Amino acid sequence: MPPWLNESLTWGNALILFLWAAVFLLIVLGFVTYAIYFERKVIGWMQLRIGPNRVGPLGLLQTVADIFKLLIKEDTIPRKADRLLFVLAPVLAYVPAFSVLAVLPYTQKLYFADLNVGLLYYVALSGITTLAIVLGGWASNNKYALLGGMRSAAQMISYEVPLVISVVGVILLSGSLNLREIVMAQDGGWFWNWNFLPQIVGFVVFIIAAVSELNRTPFDLPEAESELVAGYHVEYSGFRFAFFMLSEYVYVYAIAALTTVLFLGGWHAPAPFLEFVPGIVWFLLKFAFIVFFLFWIRATFPRIRVDQLMALGWKVLLPAALLNVFLTAAYLELFIK
Amino acid sequence: MIRTEELLLNVGPQHPSTHGVFRIVVKLDGEVITEATPVMGYLHRGTEKIAENLNFTQIIPYTDRMDYVSAMTNNYVLVHAVETMMGLEVPLRAEFLRLIVMELQRVASHLVWWGTYLLDIGAMSPFLYAFRDREIIIDLFNELCGARLTYNYMRVGGVKWDAPPGWMDKVKEFIPYMENKLQEYDNLVSGNEIFLARIKGIGRYDAQTAVDYGLSGANLRCTGVDWDLRKAEPYSLYSRFEFDVPLGKNGDCYDRYRIRLEEIRQSLRILKQAVQQFPEGGDTMGKVPRAIRPPAGEVYVRIESPRGEIGCHIVSKGKAEPYRLKFRRPSFVNLQILPKLLVGETMTNLITILGGIDIVVGEVDC
Amino acid sequence: MSEEQKSEGKALTGDADREAKLKAAAEARAARAAAKEKADAEAAQAAPEEPKPPSPRQPELDEIVSLLKREVHEDAVLEAYVNELNGDMPTVVADGGRWREAAGLLKKHERLGFDYLRNVSGVDYETHMEVVYHLVSLGSKRELAVKVRTEREAASVSSATPVWASANWNEREIYDLLGIDFPGHPDLRRIMMPDDWVGHPLRKDYEPHDPEV
Repeated sequence: MPPWLNESLTWGNALILFLWAAVFLLIVLGFVTYAIYFERKVIGWMQLRIGPNRVGPLGLLQTVADIFKLLIKEDTIPRKADRLLFVLAPVLAYVPAFSVLAVLPYTQKLYFADLNVGLLYYVALSGITTLAIVLGGWASNNKYALLGGMRSAAQMISYEVPLVISVVGVILLSGSLNLREIVMAQDGGWFWNWNFLPQIVGFVVFIIAAVSELNRTPFDLPEAESELVAGYHVEYSGFRFAFFMLSEYVYVYAIAALTTVLFLGGWHAPAPFLEFVPGIVWFLLKFAFIVFFLFWIRATFPRIRVDQLMALGWKVLLPAALLNVFLTAAYLELFIK
Repeated sequence: MIRTEELLLNVGPQHPSTHGVFRIVVKLDGEVITEATPVMGYLHRGTEKIAENLNFTQIIPYTDRMDYVSAMTNNYVLVHAVETMMGLEVPLRAEFLRLIVMELQRVASHLVWWGTYLLDIGAMSPFLYAFRDREIIIDLFNELCGARLTYNYMRVGGVKWDAPPGWMDKVKEFIPYMENKLQEYDNLVSGNEIFLARIKGIGRYDAQTAVDYGLSGANLRCTGVDWDLRKAEPYSLYSRFEFDVPLGKNGDCYDRYRIRLEEIRQSLRILKQAVQQFPEGGDTMGKVPRAIRPPAGEVYVRIESPRGEIGCHIVSKGKAEPYRLKFRRPSFVNLQILPKLLVGETMTNLITILGGIDIVVGEVDC
Repeated sequence: MSEEQKSEGKALTGDADREAKLKAAAEARAARAAAKEKADAEAAQAAPEEPKPPSPRQPELDEIVSLLKREVHEDAVLEAYVNELNGDMPTVVADGGRWREAAGLLKKHERLGFDYLRNVSGVDYETHMEVVYHLVSLGSKRELAVKVRTEREAASVSSATPVWASANWNEREIYDLLGIDFPGHPDLRRIMMPDDWVGHPLRKDYEPHDPEV
């Protein structure tokens, strides 16, 4: 991958890049399909249910059927909706979700773009999706959707800030914004060299802010079912709705990968004697654990209230993240230099 | 200059958290409610009018459909009212069966409330746990009278069916099972920080307001008013059993939550004693005249349903049909305080408060 | 001829027998009726001498009535009785014109303290309408039913909502279904039926749209 990226753009290169992107898209879609299946199964088990088990063996094709249903469903646009924005919003939600995946490294060798400012790129692009949610909520011309969109905007402002500041400690420690270098900086042989222990405050803040960024329980206020019916996507149906759904799960993928990279040592084994296992296996294990963790939270917690969400973001997470930056900086200044 | 506008939002009648077809029109300033107007009647079936053309036995199935989460207590209030008018004696075995099903119903009803309330707050799993346990009670009822929700079980002068063989043993087994599960639910939910932050101090009112608004059930007792009709004005066999009336003191959603959970525990306590004292033999129907014609006059009879005081006001002219039949529905009366509680609250708290009142729309609209 | 006569005579005697029997029966019946009448009369005479023991809640009722008469007005109570069917529920028929005042007294007076309005029903008696308020005092557990009567045309009972907030929706429901106006009610609108509904369904002379339903 990297060699092509660094060569000059020719028709052949463009074609190869396009094919790679298509392959990757398929992988991501496959992930989303089975993440949804996995989520439904896991939550089903936690709730004394069986989960999907009818379509295909063990219900494995359930999500495929669901997506197919969404695709052939009638596409409705409310008469009084702002047509252009209404159509634009799902696209705007999905494009950044897919774009951020480009900078995530999976192993030493397996990655797409090796960007110096990888982390910044991720944070900057992922913010755009929230705009799409606000846009979708506004364009629907529905009060519930509008409230959902408003909540989403408030949530974005409140949680993007601690999210970014919480990773500053990691950046200080590894001295780079490049995600590959951040992983390499965590290579100490043992799992306590991974960032999640030295950066425990940052890690906790990051996880909370990340769940909030994902709009998942207990921070699923923009689509709070019991209050706002479905929130910002209440008027969306068919494949437009599918796009919102898709971007939500692509972000689950992205956040799980990012957490693995930033705090859980990426492809490193937890102990030196386990290094014979390929790095990609470790990466996938950690990745799968985070995904599971998100589902687990969803089956366990009730939803937080808007004002509590704001208070938590500004009064707890932000000071904690700032404190973490200072502590890390002081530590580096006093002991490392 | 920024121009701000109030948002008029229609919550319901099709909304996941209005517990049926209840509708409330709220004026929002941002997310803060400045005015709330409940709108009812979407489930109004005119039960009271229909009843004027039916004899008393025929009315019983209609009571099932009022508070469909607690049909047994509705059955009871009607037959109890007619029995009071006619001075009928109910055989002990029948009265025991009635009491046992009413307490089981209370447990089932509170479980439904618990599950749906947690769902309102945004937690999904407890709902399924609650329904698993409620299912056991529903199955017991099904075995007893062949229906899962609308039982039509009680009759003037007794009950329609005797307990089938082995039924009482199943009730016996259920009690310790439910006690364990209740503990489990307490551990799972009652200490959850997010949950507590969502319900503590929300929807507060004091005892005076509660009495003034005629609230009943947990909505009244959460303010510390000791008023449970099973104790205050005992009916059926309640004076035979030992149980406590759980009381709150802050009058908020948290107290209502605690009280309802504790009431399940107390109901299990009553059940335990009732199952023990259950008479071996005996009739399930008392001596009832062929045609049930209460004497001319009127009667108001009230009992403690899971939602509060359910009352039945019968005006009879000595005919087989009531001249006028009025039900005092606890959900309807309890709901009156809602607009008062909502002013100044956020949209989210609307759901918390509405859920905390515990309404069943079939009963609000009747 | 003789045969005929014989048979005739026989028939005659037969008739005479029957007549005699009938007469005897009639006499017996008359005697029984007389005896019964006498017994009834005696019973009726005996009744006033041996009145049923007064209800244990009669004093409660008397106290309420005397307080209402003293504090509100001599005419505030039209009728007062103990409703034996309903576990001796003290029942008062209040004068419509003084009901508001009486309600305030029932709630506020320290001897009464009916602080909890548990139910409000409206009844259409075809000759008149009636609103029944079922009260209870949570402290003393005493109960009281207050009835307020009003004519069917332009039915109107002053609202108890300013006194007990719980009367609010109950009165709205009665207004909606029985067409009784409640002057003094803060928000008297239909509650169950649509706002543009014609008629009041719980009235006895209400004609449904479709009588088959």
